[in-house]
Formats: sequence, C-alpha cells, structure tokens
Amino acid sequence: MVIGFSFGYLALLFGVAYAAERRSATRQSLVANPYVYALSMAVYCTAWAYYGSVGRAAHQGLSFVGIYLGPALLAPAWWLVLRKIVRVCRQQRLTSIADFISARYGKSAALGALVTVVCVLGVVPYIALQIKAISGSFVVLIGSGGRVEASVAALFTAGVLAVFTILFGVRSVEATERHEGIVLAVALESLVKLLAFLVLGGFVTFGLFHGFADVFNQAAAQPALARLFTLHGAGTSSAEWFTLLVLSMSAVLLLPRQFQVAVVENVAEDHLRKAMWLFPLYLLIINIFVLPIAFGGMLRLGGGSFDADTFVLALPLATGHSWLALLTYLGGLSAASSMIIVETVALSVMSSNHLLMPLLVREVSGRSGAQPRRFAYLGRVALQSRRGAVVLVLALAYGYYAAVGHQLPLVNTGLVSFAAVAQFVPAVLGGLYWKGGTRRGATLGLLAGFAVWFFTLVVPTVVGPGRLPESILTAGVGGISALRPGALLGLEGLDYLSHGLFWSWFFNIGLYVGASLAWPPSALELRQADVFVDVFRRRSLAEEVAGWQGHPLLPDVRALLLGFLGKKRTNQALQTFAKRFPDALVINNEQVVGASYQPTATDLGSQAQALGTTHQAPNPADPRLLLYAEKLLAGTLGPASARLLLASVAGEEQISYDNVVGILKESQQLLEANRQLQKQSRQLQRLTDELRQAYQQLQALDQQKDEFLYTVTHELRTPLTSIRALAEILADNPDLEEEERERFHNTIGREAERLTRLISLILDLEKLESGQTTLVRAPVALAEVAAEAAEAVGQLARAKGIALHLDVPAELPPLPADRDRLMQVLINLLSNAVKACPLGGTGRIGLLAWPAADALLLCVEDNGKGIAQAEHHQIFDKFFQAQHQNMRKPEGSGLGLAITKKLVELHQGRIWVESAPEQGARFFVELPLAPPVRATAPFSTSYSL
Amino acid sequence: MIMPAILIVDDEPNIVMSLEFLMRKNGYQVGIARNGSEALAAVAQTPYDLVLLDVMMPDVDGYQVCRTIRENASRAATKVIFLSAKSQPTDVQQGYAAGADLYIPKPFSTRQLMEKVRELLAKEPC
Repeated sequence: MVIGFSFGYLALLFGVAYAAERRSATRQSLVANPYVYALSMAVYCTAWAYYGSVGRAAHQGLSFVGIYLGPALLAPAWWLVLRKIVRVCRQQRLTSIADFISARYGKSAALGALVTVVCVLGVVPYIALQIKAISGSFVVLIGSGGRVEASVAALFTAGVLAVFTILFGVRSVEATERHEGIVLAVALESLVKLLAFLVLGGFVTFGLFHGFADVFNQAAAQPALARLFTLHGAGTSSAEWFTLLVLSMSAVLLLPRQFQVAVVENVAEDHLRKAMWLFPLYLLIINIFVLPIAFGGMLRLGGGSFDADTFVLALPLATGHSWLALLTYLGGLSAASSMIIVETVALSVMSSNHLLMPLLVREVSGRSGAQPRRFAYLGRVALQSRRGAVVLVLALAYGYYAAVGHQLPLVNTGLVSFAAVAQFVPAVLGGLYWKGGTRRGATLGLLAGFAVWFFTLVVPTVVGPGRLPESILTAGVGGISALRPGALLGLEGLDYLSHGLFWSWFFNIGLYVGASLAWPPSALELRQADVFVDVFRRRSLAEEVAGWQGHPLLPDVRALLLGFLGKKRTNQALQTFAKRFPDALVINNEQVVGASYQPTATDLGSQAQALGTTHQAPNPADPRLLLYAEKLLAGTLGPASARLLLASVAGEEQISYDNVVGILKESQQLLEANRQLQKQSRQLQRLTDELRQAYQQLQALDQQKDEFLYTVTHELRTPLTSIRALAEILADNPDLEEEERERFHNTIGREAERLTRLISLILDLEKLESGQTTLVRAPVALAEVAAEAAEAVGQLARAKGIALHLDVPAELPPLPADRDRLMQVLINLLSNAVKACPLGGTGRIGLLAWPAADALLLCVEDNGKGIAQAEHHQIFDKFFQAQHQNMRKPEGSGLGLAITKKLVELHQGRIWVESAPEQGARFFVELPLAPPVRATAPFSTSYSL
Repeated sequence: MIMPAILIVDDEPNIVMSLEFLMRKNGYQVGIARNGSEALAAVAQTPYDLVLLDVMMPDVDGYQVCRTIRENASRAATKVIFLSAKSQPTDVQQGYAAGADLYIPKPFSTRQLMEKVRELLAKEPC
C-alpha cells in the first residue's frame, strides 16, 4: 500500500508538471506569480529539515533553528544581492552558479569546471542523504521485517526520480528556458510537506499532549530535556551558532538547487518583494512544531531505543495512527524528491556545460565540415549529455549512499555540503561588488578553499576501519601536528564546522583578494567586472562592444571635426590624413574612381561639401578616418568625450555608463585644472597685494622721510632766523649801546649752540634708526646712574621750584646696559618731566625703580599737564609736535622721546606712558636683565671686501 | 603825524627781540603777542596797521589769526605779513588764502623786510 501511495503521489506530480507545461505552451502560466516562486524556494527545506530537524532538536535543542534563521535574516538583503544576481544572469543568459562565476571572471572555462566539480563533490552526498531519507522512512513505515530491502527501495527511488527529472528537467538544449512543470511540482511538494508536518505537529501537540504548554512542561520536568531549552543547550557554542548562520545564508543563495529556483526560474524580479517575507514565513511555520515533536518523541518513545531522526514517523506509528504515518511519509517523500529533482537538474546542466561541452566544442571546431551541421551536432550532444548527467549524478548519489551514506546522520552531511557551497561566497559577492576581483584570484581562492574544506570537513568522515588510518585525526598527516584536520595549524577550541569554515574562508578570501591585487586582469575580465558590478547602471549589452559598429558618413565626420576644430584646422587635418592613407579616401563617384587617382585634400574638402548639397549616395567613412578623428577630438575634448561624439555620429547613440563616467572623470580633471588655476591666481593676487602693501609702506616711508626733512629744515630755520636778523642788526647799527650789542652777541651764540645741538640730535637719531649705533654693554648699577642723572637735571629743577624725589634701591641686580646711553634715557625723561611740570613750587618729579620678572622697571613721574590718551603713542614719534602741522610745543627739539625710545629698544626693552590731561604723566621703561643674544648680521662685515 | 602801529606775533623770544628792535628803530609803535590767542586779543583791542605773524604757535596758528582779522570788518585796513619757517609753496598759498598781504619765509633779510613794511604802510590811504 505504501508503494502504491508513493507511486500515486509521484504520478500526481507528473500530472501537475505536465499540466503546467501545457498551460505554459498556451501562455497561461501557472507559475508566473510570487506565491509559486516563494513556495518553490522552499525546496530549501529538504528531508533533512523534515526528519533531521526533529532529530537535532531532540539532542541539541534549539541549534536546528540556525540553518533557518540565517536565510530569514538574509531575506531583506535579497532585494540588493539576489536581484542583482538575477539581473546579471538574465542579461548574460547564465543558468547556474558555475556559469555565473565563470562569466564573471573572464568567461574562464577552467573556473566553470572547477565550480562544477566543487558542486558535484559537495552536493552528491547531500542527494545521497535524500535517497537515504526516502528509503529509510519507507523501511520504518513498512516495518523492519518487510519484504523490501532499504537499498532496493533507494535504488528504485533514484530510478523513478531520474525518469521524472529527464522528462521535465532536461527537455531542451536551451537552459535558460524555465522549467515550469518542475517549478509547479516543487511548489506543490512544498505545500504537501508543510501540511503534512503541520498535521503531525498538531496531532502530537494537541492529540498526544494538551497543547504546547503541556509538552514543554513535561519536557522541562526531565533534566535531560530541560537543558535543551536554552540557546546554548547541549553545548552549541556561539561560534557554532555563527557558523550555522553564515553557512545557511550562503547555502540559500548559492546551492545549485536554490540558484536554480531563485535565479534561473525567476519570472519577474518583482516577485522577490513577496518572496522576501513569504519565504521566511514558510520557514517559521514549518519549524513551529519541531520542538513539540522532538520532546513528544523523547517523552513517549524514550531517547535511547529510537533514532530521533525517525520520530516523525515513529510517533504516529507507535500510537497506532498509520494514516498519519503515511501522510508524514508523503511529506518526507515530497521534501526529498523535490530536492533531488531540482538539484539534479542544476548539476546535470552544469556538468554538461562546463565539463563536457568545452571539450566537445574544441574537438568539433577542429573538424572540417559545414558550420550549420556542426552546430546541429553540438545541440544534439548537449541534450544527450545532460540526460546522461542526470543519470550519472543520481548514480553517484546512490553509490555514495550505498558505500558510506547510511552511516551518516542527516544534519552533519548537509552542513558539510553547505560549507562546500560557501566556498563560492568570496568569488560571488566579490564579483558582484568589487571590480578588482580577477580570474586568477577566484581560481586560487576557490581551489584553496575547496582543498581546506576537503581536508578539514570531509577527511574526518572517511576515517575509519578499512579506509583512512585514524592517526590522521590525532597526530596529523605524516605525524605533523599542524596538519590535523580538526586543528589545522594548531587552531583548537573551535567546533568541527566552525574550524573548517574559518580556515577554508581564510585561505579562500586571502588568496582571492591577494591574487586579484597581485596580478592585473585581462581586458575581458575588466569588461565582465564592469558588466557584473554595474549591472543596474547599464542599458544593454550592445554598448560593451568595442570598436566602431556603425558606418558613419564622411560628411558627418567632417561636420563633427568642423564643429570642434574650425574650418582651417579640419582641412589641414584631413590633408594630413589623405597624405598618409591615400587609399582610405577612394570615393564612390564616377569621375573620381580612376585607377591612378590620388585624392588631394582640396578634392576631399570640396567632395565633402558637395555631398552636403547634392543627392549622391554619400560614402561611409573609412574606419581609419574614424580613429584618426577620434584622436584629433581627444586632443581637444578628452578621450571619453571624443569616443562619445564619434559614437553619436556612428549611430551608436546610446550612452553607456563607462562613457558617462569617462566624461565625468575628464570634467573632474578639468575642474581640478581649474582649481589649480584659481589657486595660482589667488597666489598671484596675494603677491600683488603684498607688493602693493610693500609699495605703500615704501611710499609712507618716503613720505615720512620727506616730512622729516621738511621738519628738520623748519627746525633749523628758527635759530637761523634769529642769528641772521641779529647779525644784520649788529652790522647795520654800529651805534648800538654796548649793553645791547653784548645781548645780541650772546643771543647769536646761544642760537648757534641750539643749532649745533639740534644737528647732533638729528644725526644721533639717524644713526639709531639706521641701526649703526652699537651699545657698549657692561653690568651697570642702576642706582648710580639714576643718581647722576638726577644730579644733572637737579639744577634746572631747583630753578623751577620742582621737587625731585629719587627712589632707586642700591641692591637692584646689575643691568647689562650701555651706561652712557642709559644716562641719556634718564636725562631725557627727567628733563621732559621738568618741562611738563607746573611752575611756582608745586611741581614734583619722581624717579623710581624696582625689579620685575627677568627685568628692571623704571618709572619717571611728574604732576604736569599730562598727555591725552590719543597721543600716548604719537609722542614717541620724532617731531611729533611738528605733525600737528601748525601747532608747536613751547620747548624741546621734538626728538628727545624718539631717541629715548630707540635707545630703550636697542636694549631690548619697552617704553610706554600712562597719563591723562592735567593728571601728570608716568613714563615706564622696562629693561631685561638677561637680554636675548642678538644674532649679528652675517653679511655686514664682509661687505667691504 | 602818528606813526603806524605794528603787532609782532611769535613764540620765539629771540625773533621777537630782533623784530621789536628793528621796528622801534624805524619809529613804529610796537605791540607784542607770544602766541595766537594773545595775538587775537591784541588785535581785537587795538586797530594795528600791520601784523607780523608767525605760523607755528602753541595754541592758535597764524593762519587762523589772519582769517579772524579778515573776518573783522573794522580791521579791514590792517595789513598782515607772514614770517614763517614753513616755506613750502603750499604753505605760502595757504597764507595768501587766509588773507595775507605778504608771505616772507624765515630766515629773512632785515633790510628787505623793512622795505616791504614801509611799502605796505605807504599804500595805506590814511
């Protein structure tokens, strides 16, 4: 009866598939909707999910969720990643993961073959598992004492599925044609397995127990089960969780069957939107009852005697519900068969396209014979090779099952298979998002990753009596401990899967990136990289063809050149071209087509012009002329723009992405050049400003010099006036009284002295200002100098009734100064104070000194008429009095403070004044105790040589 | 006949001394101002026939003094001679613009000065 059901079910599938194909032929597709698409993706849930999840849950708790959580987490990213893959595959007509990787990396045949081999080796054990699941469940159902051996059932299953796959999977050579029959059958099977599992789950939860709470409470009461409730239950480490997530994320995209249903069988990219949430929802629903069933099995059947992988069947059988067992058996059958069918279709197409066809094509193209016949032959062989591949793949799977498969648990083999497929991740994601990835990098990375995968994950499974010696695991290959499959290079502490994934990806990614960067890609690789990475930005494949496809007309090219080069240069350029390639300008014109005719440039020009006005059929331009024109224009506009312009003339008016980018780059370069120019012009502007400033300073200096001279002569004129007037008076008046004569003589003498003093002051200041004055420095006791200066002014002060108060402590540190100049400073300040003080006995002058930080402070204060704030700086300018044009201070040369300031500055000191009108004035002098060593001007001495 | 009155305005005592000697020697009446404001006061008080005016003085400058004299209608007959160390063409121009009859740069010749003084005072209608 079980056999009957199985057959009946398979017959139903045949019917559905056949109907779908018929409907497809009449253009009423049953498949072209997102629900079927999402359901077909659920081929991800195999017999492994169906039986194995319960088995895993029974022993390791929640860790079974990992392989469903990964795809669910990844689903939101489908719109980015999967849609891109779909778009690329549609554009490039790619039908498998091997096609994809091979095409991306320069259409490398070797890479395609490598990917195919990895897929076959990685996935065949997985198919074997499905066969095992079917036969195993069959045996469980009919009882161990049944008439049919498990292996016979397996062989039978494989045979039936091979027939189905060949009928519906490989009907035509055209691999991009969708297999609607298969897709609909797979979608239906997804529904069947979901329903069957839900019914069973409902039966266990609500039939055998009283709801979820009851199951979980009973399980929690048993210590062996209670530990399964946590995420780390039964020792699933974080690393293992992470590995599960990563592996399942890779698998849901890159497993050959997933690639088949999600990419190749995709009808519309838009279907992804619904699938993005439908597929995770499916995964959620099918997993709801996993734990209740696992716990139910453990509670009702006992953990020891039963294989937990068979709980799904054993539970209804043990409780006497054989109809339910049959239903769940059908669910498992559907899960396994759908996986086998799709996987086999994918693998067979890959094997035929990447392993067989390259050899055939090479061989056939070497033969002679008519081309169409050769192509027809190839087509026939391709189809047959695919059918052969289906049988071969299933035979391999059966062989594997027969040899070792029956010893393996469901889950682990599946994960090892996932890890094989995960080796494609670097090449696929890198290929989609990194233009730098190259064929060499992908090949080396894949080879290394595959080798490490095999060593770390497969070798341990084939260790055992009669196969590989067990010492490999414990001591490493050849006794080298770094070569232990479970602890490669001494890495210990990770679980078996995480360890394998880590090292295989480590070498895979490392070599992929390293080799990609180390060796430059070929042109084809570069182009394919662009095509893949920029797939959303391209319009069509036609744009990628290099060279000139169209046949632009000569006048058009000429007009283009005229537009950018002008008439004169265009004619010159065409002349040059005509001289270089006389044969390129053979013209389609009766008068011109002469055997010995050599067209000259003028001929060309007039011919081109004539073509614009007459109705003769214009000539297509020679390709060499196009290249020549492109180069000419490139000199003016940059290569990308030039190519684009010629393309527009040539009729290839579609602007490709690369071209636009090229133009943008050029305009960026232009912008950059512009920026440079702007920068230079700013620098120039700054220089100009500096120059202008320097000129203005010079002018100001010049003006100052003028003013100084003017003021000096003016100051000199005043005593001269008196001298001259008095001298003339004396000469003209011999009869003067003796007393008066003497007065005039004395006055002349004083004015002459004044004149002399003024002249020496001016010279002094000039020397100070020009830097010719040098100080003779020696430690000076300020108190002594102050006393001397006070003495010198004392008489004048006393004469005016001014009290002079001196407060300079004798214990002040010695000041490194020029004693005479310091004296000059003090006398200047004191005599200024005397001049400022009021007459009549109220005048007071103080001279004080005190130490400050690293300096001595001097202060000369008076109670005179004070200085307005505005003039506090101006009073130190020479002839400040004179600068008030027509005003004049009553006494003084107008040079005293200017000279004083210069002297103080020569001592590296500072001088300033604090005062207000009618408030007296305080002149402060700060002189450093240890003046900074002044660098002597290096070239002033050797100048005279 | 009443001899003309001359006001000497200068802040240099020695220049004032020599000018005073010269004018008195030639028989003129002499007034003295040691700065601008003294000069303005003296002019306001006495109708001088001639003012010998310095330009650079501590308070009010000579140009201002001259302009003030010219603004006073009752002093229309007063002659003004600038005697100044400021001898740039702009200074001279400024002096005439202020209303001076003559601008003589310092140092001056006493003989020439007396000639000009006599010349100016002879033109006077009275």
